[in-house]
Amino acid sequence: MNMKKIAAATVAALMVGTPVMADLVFPSLSYRTGPYAAGGIPFADGYADYFTLLNERDGGIGGVRTQVPECETGYNTEKGVECYESTKGQGALVYQPLSTGITYQLIPKVTADGIPLHTMGYGRTSAANGDVFSHVFNYPANYWNGASLAVNHLLELNDGDINGKSIALLYHNSAYGKEPIRTLEDLAAKHGYKLTLIPVDHPGQEQKSQWLQIRREKPDYVLMWGWGVMNQVAVQEAANIRYPMENFIGVWWSGAEHDVLPAGEASHGYKAVAFHNVGDDFPVFDDLQKYVVDKGLAAGAGDQIGTAGYNRGLYAAMLAAEAAGKAQSMTGVADINAAQMRDAMEALEITEERMTELGMPGFGPSFKVSCANHGGPGTGAIAQWDATAKAWSLITEFGESDMSVIQPLIDADSAAYAAENNIEPRCN
Amino acid sequence: MLYREAGDFKTSYAKDSQTFPIKLDRVGYWTLMAVAFLVVPFFINDYWANAVFVPFLIYVIAALGLNILTGYAGQLSLGTGGFMAVGAYACYKLMTSFPEVSIIIHVLLAGGITALVGVMFGLPSLRIKGFYLAVATLAAQFFLVWLFNKVPWFYNYSASGQINAPERTVFGIIVTGPNTEAWAKYLFCLIFVVVLAWVARNLTRGMAGRKWMAIRDMDIAAEIIGVNPLKAKLTAFAVSSFFVGIAGALFFSIYLGAAEVGEAFGIQKSFLIVFMVIIGGLGSILGSFAGAAFMVLMPVLLKNILVGGMGWPTDLAAHLEFIIVGGLIVIFLIVEPHGLAQLWRLAKEKMRLWPFPH
Repeated sequence: MNMKKIAAATVAALMVGTPVMADLVFPSLSYRTGPYAAGGIPFADGYADYFTLLNERDGGIGGVRTQVPECETGYNTEKGVECYESTKGQGALVYQPLSTGITYQLIPKVTADGIPLHTMGYGRTSAANGDVFSHVFNYPANYWNGASLAVNHLLELNDGDINGKSIALLYHNSAYGKEPIRTLEDLAAKHGYKLTLIPVDHPGQEQKSQWLQIRREKPDYVLMWGWGVMNQVAVQEAANIRYPMENFIGVWWSGAEHDVLPAGEASHGYKAVAFHNVGDDFPVFDDLQKYVVDKGLAAGAGDQIGTAGYNRGLYAAMLAAEAAGKAQSMTGVADINAAQMRDAMEALEITEERMTELGMPGFGPSFKVSCANHGGPGTGAIAQWDATAKAWSLITEFGESDMSVIQPLIDADSAAYAAENNIEPRCN
Repeated sequence: MLYREAGDFKTSYAKDSQTFPIKLDRVGYWTLMAVAFLVVPFFINDYWANAVFVPFLIYVIAALGLNILTGYAGQLSLGTGGFMAVGAYACYKLMTSFPEVSIIIHVLLAGGITALVGVMFGLPSLRIKGFYLAVATLAAQFFLVWLFNKVPWFYNYSASGQINAPERTVFGIIVTGPNTEAWAKYLFCLIFVVVLAWVARNLTRGMAGRKWMAIRDMDIAAEIIGVNPLKAKLTAFAVSSFFVGIAGALFFSIYLGAAEVGEAFGIQKSFLIVFMVIIGGLGSILGSFAGAAFMVLMPVLLKNILVGGMGWPTDLAAHLEFIIVGGLIVIFLIVEPHGLAQLWRLAKEKMRLWPFPH
């Protein structure tokens, strides 16, 4: 039996374990199937393409080629665990699961295995406290920054006074969607707005009753923590009840082209928080075209270049590659391991000059990671969708979030985690 | 020649009513036990534990539980995911409230709590049957998931609604949390599976099991010959939920370590376990094992063949997995509607007659 032979070979290969390779391995726990594929595909493409670019243009990082083994999780935690276990033996340097649920699984596992986990703009927000979470990083911004940035934008629109305004939070009823609630509640106490919580259950195809509630209560603003198919449905439903789009603000995970395109012209004016720049007007995209796309090496279908999700994947890969380069210069070893990668991530410094050098001027904030702060600066801007030009554009400058509210929350939540798991603070 | 009763003389009643009347079966059983307990723990690594053995063993417990209810007592349930959630959250609350008590006791208590909840949702089974009962248990599924999402007490008021298993030990060996050795995880689950399968096997061939089967085959006739339907149905719900609750507790504490009710214990989990029971074989202990193996191991095997062996793109492989597993389910149901266990039964009959089939 041929099948049997293949199976036997597979089993044998797994038993023996993959031989040690002299490559830098950045596993991509992607999801190209299921209700969240719309968000997973562009990110995975951007992540893979950047490393392909490094291989083709520079011969890898510091002369060592990179490798991006992909593993399909389908946004499912059980498959995520399987993917983690199957790739960690290959010399994985850093994990980026792009799923808050999988992140919660992996936080204790990576800490035990000594592999860094980078959850950029998602995951457990209090992981920003590096004192407790030694192997988890969520620079340059997290959910609570996002919530605060959205509220800041509303303050700006209302000349600094949103007392008495009503804000509805439409959220994915999961760990991901629940993350900003505490921050928004604290901000409500500070600024005096009224917060209404409207959960949407997985996968979010059906939101009639939620939007009926919005139609009835007429909140002044709607914030959205949605992902996957839920985003498109929400934008469409908002258009159906003629909710003013400029009062509807999504977090960065609800701010991609595929979220607004299905609603057509009606989506004009929809806003989203962004922690990195939008569009493909950066020199790095010329290199991508020359070294990756023209050579036929683009990941996936190659049709996502320049979209919001793709840019985020690109940005994530850039930060990982920079950290790997930093690790090489710190240790003087070209073939670094996960522990060295972790140390370099903690010492990472992204400057405007370096980003210009990389062909990404102004793409993201310049920041410095430290032992205590794994969360970066938490800055962001508001992007708005132009339905006629079919493009996102930033309508504000990158601004600060309200750390006076967020930092105590981070400290409290990470302290609870430290108490639950008997973790001693590491930084002095 | 090898596989037959002839020459295997039973000299006591106990021997006559043993689970494996044929010598070769007994030898096979003890060999399997020896391999499972004495060989596998020395070779198991993180991948094999977390991707293959631990999920398989836990799903076996859940399938055994549902098989008792649906296969033996004939009460169709679509609430398995919800009952697993009860087990998981009960275990979490117990683990965090009484950290000094052994995790084994917590898992058993979680099963007990689930049994109580199961009995509560089993009460309507006295009045409604078949599809109507299925819908009532479906309500249990949605209600329980909603409850664990809605009431913050269940997840200790954590910001995200996630529950995390703290580190616990058995005789000084870590069994939950990230620092658990692969073999410890595996053995912990294996012990539960062996004990529970033994209990299930002996319950179902004893008086309780015969009552359940009588209810399943014709409840009016069963009542006439003296089976109390109240007791029979509710014990079936209780025992089944106990198993499912333990599966849920292990699923959360040993296997995942962190869980979120809607994602881990949603309706798809209920269906998955119903599929396991149907494909494995209704009313069969072996069937629960075979069904769980089929539904858990097949996707992992296919993924390793398609992506690892042949280097296909992951999305194509993921879609093909759905097609192949779905196709196999349909083929199995057409070719052998009584499940994988029936295939084994037929094979045994053939072996008994071999080499003289007539």
